[in-house]
Amino acid sequence: MTELAERPANPAATAADRPIGFGRIQRKEDPRFVRGRGRYVDDIVLPGMLHGAILRSPMAHARLVSIDTTEALAHPKVHAVITGRDLEGLNLAWAPTLSADVQAVLATAKVRFQGQEVAFVVADDRYAARDALELIDVEYEELPPVVDVRRALDPGAPVIRDDKEGQTDNHIFDWEAGDRAETDAVFAAAEVVVSEEVVYPRVHPAPMETCGAVADYDPVDGKLTLYETTQAPHAHRTLFAMVAGIPEHKIRVISPDIGGGFGNKVGIYPGYILAVVGSIVTGRPVKWMEDRSENLMSTSFARDYVMRGEVAATRDGKILAVRTQVLADHGAFNATAQPTKYPAGFFSIFTGSYDLQAAHCSVTGVYTNKAPGGVAYACSFRVTEAVYLVERMVDVLAAELEMDPAELRLRNFIRPEQFPYKNKTGWEYDSGDYEPTMQLALRMAGYEELRREQAEKRSRGELMGIGLSFFTETVGAGPRKHMDIVGLGMADGAEVRVHPTGKAVVRLSVQSQGQGHETTFAQILAEELGIPPEDIDVVHGDTDQTPFGLGTYGSRSTPVSGGAVALAARKVKEKARAIAAAMLETRPEDLEWEKGRWYVKGDPGVGKTIAEIALGAHGTVELPEGIDGNLDAEVTYDPPNLTFPFGAYVCVVDVDRGTGKVHVRRFVAVDDCGTRINPMIIEGQVHGGLADGVGMALMEFIGFDEQGNNLGGSFMDYLIPTAMEVPDWETGHTVTPSPHHPIGAKGIGESATVGSPPAVVNAVVDALAPFGVRHMDMPCTPARVWEAMQGRPTPPI
Amino acid sequence: MQVPAPFDYVRATSVADALDLLERHGPESRVVAGGHSLLPMMKLRLARPEWLIDINDVAELDHVTRDGDWLRVGALTRHATLLSSALVGELFPIVHDAERVIADPVVRNRGTIGGSLGQADPAEDLTTVCDVLRARVVVTGRAGERVIGMDEFHRGPYETACEQSELITEVRFPIRPRSGSAYEKVERRVGDWAVAAAGALLVLADDGTVADATIGLTALGLEGCAVDAAAVLLGAHPSEEVFAEAGRLAAAASSPVEDQRGPVDYKRHLADELTRRVLRSAATRAGAGVLTATTGG
Repeated sequence: MTELAERPANPAATAADRPIGFGRIQRKEDPRFVRGRGRYVDDIVLPGMLHGAILRSPMAHARLVSIDTTEALAHPKVHAVITGRDLEGLNLAWAPTLSADVQAVLATAKVRFQGQEVAFVVADDRYAARDALELIDVEYEELPPVVDVRRALDPGAPVIRDDKEGQTDNHIFDWEAGDRAETDAVFAAAEVVVSEEVVYPRVHPAPMETCGAVADYDPVDGKLTLYETTQAPHAHRTLFAMVAGIPEHKIRVISPDIGGGFGNKVGIYPGYILAVVGSIVTGRPVKWMEDRSENLMSTSFARDYVMRGEVAATRDGKILAVRTQVLADHGAFNATAQPTKYPAGFFSIFTGSYDLQAAHCSVTGVYTNKAPGGVAYACSFRVTEAVYLVERMVDVLAAELEMDPAELRLRNFIRPEQFPYKNKTGWEYDSGDYEPTMQLALRMAGYEELRREQAEKRSRGELMGIGLSFFTETVGAGPRKHMDIVGLGMADGAEVRVHPTGKAVVRLSVQSQGQGHETTFAQILAEELGIPPEDIDVVHGDTDQTPFGLGTYGSRSTPVSGGAVALAARKVKEKARAIAAAMLETRPEDLEWEKGRWYVKGDPGVGKTIAEIALGAHGTVELPEGIDGNLDAEVTYDPPNLTFPFGAYVCVVDVDRGTGKVHVRRFVAVDDCGTRINPMIIEGQVHGGLADGVGMALMEFIGFDEQGNNLGGSFMDYLIPTAMEVPDWETGHTVTPSPHHPIGAKGIGESATVGSPPAVVNAVVDALAPFGVRHMDMPCTPARVWEAMQGRPTPPI
Repeated sequence: MQVPAPFDYVRATSVADALDLLERHGPESRVVAGGHSLLPMMKLRLARPEWLIDINDVAELDHVTRDGDWLRVGALTRHATLLSSALVGELFPIVHDAERVIADPVVRNRGTIGGSLGQADPAEDLTTVCDVLRARVVVTGRAGERVIGMDEFHRGPYETACEQSELITEVRFPIRPRSGSAYEKVERRVGDWAVAAAGALLVLADDGTVADATIGLTALGLEGCAVDAAAVLLGAHPSEEVFAEAGRLAAAASSPVEDQRGPVDYKRHLADELTRRVLRSAATRAGAGVLTATTGG
């Protein structure tokens, strides 16, 4: 790993230097993971547990003529076979999505994408369940599929959603942001306008752990215990209460260790519901765990935006306005997960990091015969698409103006004194100081030297590219008055309890899928109360044990639950002050705080530690009026605004002229996520996101053939990068705290995934400049890069 | 979790035992060695053998031995063993070139040369390597051994001369003095199947001209070697010009199909490009002097 001058040695290595609060400490959860003692959904084994498997449609669009389950039912190990018709009887054939649509739990009249759920078998073991799937006889009558998103709205296109009353085409929504007239006026008067179709193709989060559930319905007390791979256990509990009609107090959702989410585990999949139905029907616990192909073919994909991007500028490089029209492929059901008022997520942040006069975007969502989903893969609710579009288009403009892309960006940044900055599509950027971040990245990369090397190589016919991106994220959704998911406000809770001996537990409504919550949240509490992180237990992922909240996605855990923990800790601290005053027989206002201890002003030797105060609170100390006998507090935090992390990335690639193969030689990432809680965890998050970004830029892609067959249904076809495709990451940081967040933290989980694809693609396009290439779409596979050299940088869809 | 259809399993203790088991369990039995092709196909239920005959205990099939002018490689020899063998690298650098880009270390630790040839996937690398080196394959049945050339052994995609009741037991490589060989592959990512690859062997005469040459292509729709391309090299001094001509002819001999890895014209271009590259490496490795100045592409 590249060592940077400003990066200190890892003090986590020596216990003596362990910070009580923010700083580098090794992850508390890692010992169990590295020793193979994690407990994932598939590790859950309950007495009498049965296994479910799903029969899936081999066709993209077909009428279901008949399903014969006789032979499957006759299998000696099969307990139940459930079809769409059975579910219709229970009023469970359709479930609401997170986007005001419905999704078939099991297909009834039609199948609408390849891989759609058609029947569910419950058997003694997973082998028998799979064997029995082959005994189900389904007759399909094939229908013409809608595969090409550009033709989905053609008159005469097959209507996919004939289940929806009044639906006569494949149109889902039109949505816009910004001022169209104002933007058009700026464009009409501009000296320079560049325009490009930019495709962000369909990719998949592909978490290492696929999705699954163990449902345990107790027919005696009517209580459902549901172990699930979910990023949002509380939201799932509420939705299950609404959908299945089980009272909410009778539902316990447990999300144990989760092997990666990236947005893939936000929604409720038919498999989860089927496990519950299976358990109710058989009276026994039922496990359902999808396989890799099921995960890739049927669960939430990401992106699939065809964007027409335009930038208006002056000849000397002042960007005036941006506008875009987007065609969004939402698949067969509109099941994207995002705040209700934002059908295109936060895409309207496509104004990027630049001070503009005008901006307008419009997004049209359509149905196609493909798997549903759309918002997933660490995208911060479509900020990924937005950042990719604007950062790609700024490079297109730089090429048009024959201006250095770094210079062009520096010339157009929002200036530090403009924050909080209101952009032209309604966002208020909380804080930023972009230029130093950009300059640091350029310095770390040795930008000018790289440009010299490039010029030299070009003169020899070698292809080297340098790509930049500067992104601003909008994360931490969000203020309840603006943001909800199916009516649930996007606040999150935390409960802090300090035990009599001074150890503590903090209970969170968010759930880790690998982000290191057990460490980060302990450190927030440690910073506030002075209790060492190792003395703090972090509880999450069990709705019976944690306060309500909407869960972990959109980089919202630290911005939202992190705020809740800090504020709950501050309540505890104030309570401790009152109790300490009683113990010291003085007044609270005569006490001063140092980390972990209240002491008497002017007499630092006289004081009480948090542990002493905790024992006092639970002991026999005479408590002041209004103070009850504990050191506990809880907070539900409703963030006043989103947070806006940002960063500057530089990617260096070499392209093999003869084969089109791209080699990512270097990658410099300078991130600003405000206050840094655990730099080691931040770097880990950045490393992972950068690998994601390189993957999307170079190889990840879910394509479909003309019949709607999924061409990315296994890891042989859906490529994710290995250590061989990524360079040593060179990371750096600046710190611009969020002014409105209790500890100034902004969130980091998705920054690198959002920011890195444009840097890689910009580098590839830069390398291909000698061929006159201004744009090529992802994935930059060898064949597609070679085609771009031949003058046909064709879109992937 | 992907799970295969039901099957039975037995471990063979020797070649003779394996042959007996194949005979006993009949046409629905399959031999498993590294299992890196068969097991994924079984998990996807594309393959459904009733019996798996595991030959991993058959130690007599795991050897790399020099025997006069031949290098004998047991069919159970792992990719990793070939890659770590200095002898193999010295005699046949093409094998190391290819092994370095076969899947990843986990696969190479387990996968075998016999399994690769027997699977005969069109994007499989060692078939091309064996074609190029004019290897001979030993196929053993209850009646005895057959030693056959690659042209006879390899019948096409997923098809070889090894009958259901037979076992691939050894691969024999002729050792050629003053020879050089090389292999190069383009893949979308480490571990992916080849977009395309090429391999070449050059044997030089005392005067430095090409005495023998073979060129093979992987995943490019060519069965066997690119004979016309190799023919233009014979008697010529290695040079960019003849390599360019060989590349052109190799591309002409290829008949790739479009897929997610690329369109036809790109793959045909790779046939040309990679042929020229492996010829350059092979010539250098054979000890050819400085190549004549080039005007060709």
